[in-house]
Amino acid sequence: MISGTRPLRLRPPAFLGARLPLAIGLGVILFWVLAALTVQFWPLDPPLDMVGRRLKPPSAEHWLGTDALGRDVLSRTLHGARFSIPIAVVVVAAAVALGGFLGAIAGFFGGLLGAAIMRLVDVTLAFPPILLAMAVAASLGPGLENAAIAMIVVWWPLYARLVRAQVLEVREREHVEAAVAAGAGPMRVLLRHVLPLCWTPVLVNATMDFGQVVLLAASLSFIGLGATPPTPEWGAMISDGAKYFYHWWIAFGPGMAILIVVLGFNFAGDGLRDLLDPRTE
Amino acid sequence: MARYLLRRLLAMPLLLLGVATAAFLLGNVVKGDPLASILNERQMNNPEVVAAAKARWGLDRSMPERYAIYLGNLAQGDFGTSFRTKRPVMRDLLDRLPATLELVFSAMLFGSVTGIALGVAAAHWQNGPADHGARLLALIGSSVPVFWSSLIALYVFSVQLGWLPGAGRLDAAIRPPESVTGFLTVDAALAGDWHAFGNALGHLVLPSVMLGWAVLGIISRMIRASMLDVMQQDYIMTARAKGAGTLRVLLRHALRNALVPALTIIGFTFAYLITGAILTETVFSWPGIGSYAVDAARALDHPAIIGVTVLGALAFLTANLLTDIAYVFANPRIRLG
Repeated sequence: MISGTRPLRLRPPAFLGARLPLAIGLGVILFWVLAALTVQFWPLDPPLDMVGRRLKPPSAEHWLGTDALGRDVLSRTLHGARFSIPIAVVVVAAAVALGGFLGAIAGFFGGLLGAAIMRLVDVTLAFPPILLAMAVAASLGPGLENAAIAMIVVWWPLYARLVRAQVLEVREREHVEAAVAAGAGPMRVLLRHVLPLCWTPVLVNATMDFGQVVLLAASLSFIGLGATPPTPEWGAMISDGAKYFYHWWIAFGPGMAILIVVLGFNFAGDGLRDLLDPRTE
Repeated sequence: MARYLLRRLLAMPLLLLGVATAAFLLGNVVKGDPLASILNERQMNNPEVVAAAKARWGLDRSMPERYAIYLGNLAQGDFGTSFRTKRPVMRDLLDRLPATLELVFSAMLFGSVTGIALGVAAAHWQNGPADHGARLLALIGSSVPVFWSSLIALYVFSVQLGWLPGAGRLDAAIRPPESVTGFLTVDAALAGDWHAFGNALGHLVLPSVMLGWAVLGIISRMIRASMLDVMQQDYIMTARAKGAGTLRVLLRHALRNALVPALTIIGFTFAYLITGAILTETVFSWPGIGSYAVDAARALDHPAIIGVTVLGALAFLTANLLTDIAYVFANPRIRLG
């Protein structure tokens, strides 16, 4: 095998050290993915019974309390997975595809096109991420789809840089030279011989970025540029909770959900990195 | 190295032009009519008012014309006039800059000092409870939504326990000190108004800690890793053999060298600080650039959004450049091509 991956280290502590966070992370992710997939079959608590149920603190009946419209916070928090998880998947997938494609072209072919792509990357990365996302979202108007587009704009250059660096390195290896000598065309060399060896850092980064996307999406919603109120999106729910500041439980549930999801993806990313590429830290 | 720095410096104006162009496009290729954020509904129905407003805000000109004017103004430090406040964006930003700087500096101070302490402790007691605790704290810091942790902290420490004041920079009942630096704590101290000083400092604690938390995590991990590296080197053993105490070895011999690689992450933490400042300021009603950006984005106040974005990019680029330069100077073995 020519690939850069190494045999797994099997010293017990290191082995556990990599596997335990990965297992915890994957468990958390699995829970929320299941929630995102199944929760639509559980009806959202309708905001009807206003009189007796408004702003109730957590109780045996409503584990995370009720909000200003008498809606159950726990049920809305679980429904939030329907927005945050798919958005993270879409944004990361689009950023990896777009950034990976442009980065591979820039790294493999170079030239004027490659230089132009990398200058675009430089300019995009010159903006603080949240400001760029806010500016894009503001010019497209509020809404979850626009927030997603804004986040793709923010994230693709990171993958362009990553993939370009990988391609530049793999391009120089002997097996690529062999493939070229054997008469393979450039596209075939890139797709069959170079890109397959570039995915490890992309996978690790993507795993961590899922969490960061969940965080940024919630932030955009919190400041009013993402999902808008009746949507049970976590950032929008926290923004709603901020209005009823003294009823802390309205914001508590969705905030914990974000924290748990992001922690899960960070754990999983850390574990994956230790497992796949022990050299980097 | 001189060549590398020269190249970086030469690239700056080009990058800034790219940033300005990108920001212009974002502010001008917008869905919806920008007039809607200037005029109310009744005014929109009056063609004369609409025409006057268009002329007043330059919206009657073609895009290339507007771009040329915009670049010319930008070169003179003119960011245009805010739709919302009807004041020059530059004035708004300068008025609000000290509040943000005061917050960011104190968050950075808290984050670095605690981060370094935790990193040293984690390295010294590697794989012990201190190490695991520091790791958990760092992980939570980079995973928690800061707008939520700020809300919870405000509720717990201000409302429930009453230990710290609530939102804002100063209690409403306290007269702000005469503005010299714009930093309320410094100005109060300069004026000798210790009551205001204490109050301003109290107001600063919660937002700084919440904002500095993410930085704390990054720095403590970095310090831990480079401390572990340094502690294995021969000169540490020499120091120990000569009878230096644990604390002396850790702080005088190891930390000094371990700090160098940590320099590289200053630029990195800066990105966290900007993101965090925007959200923290919103929760704490902190009258800085972050809350200005949010208000502008909510009101679709495009000149203000462009201004904040360009300013943010400028700060970000400068921080990254300074980090690279500092890194080169701190570690002459590094050769950047």
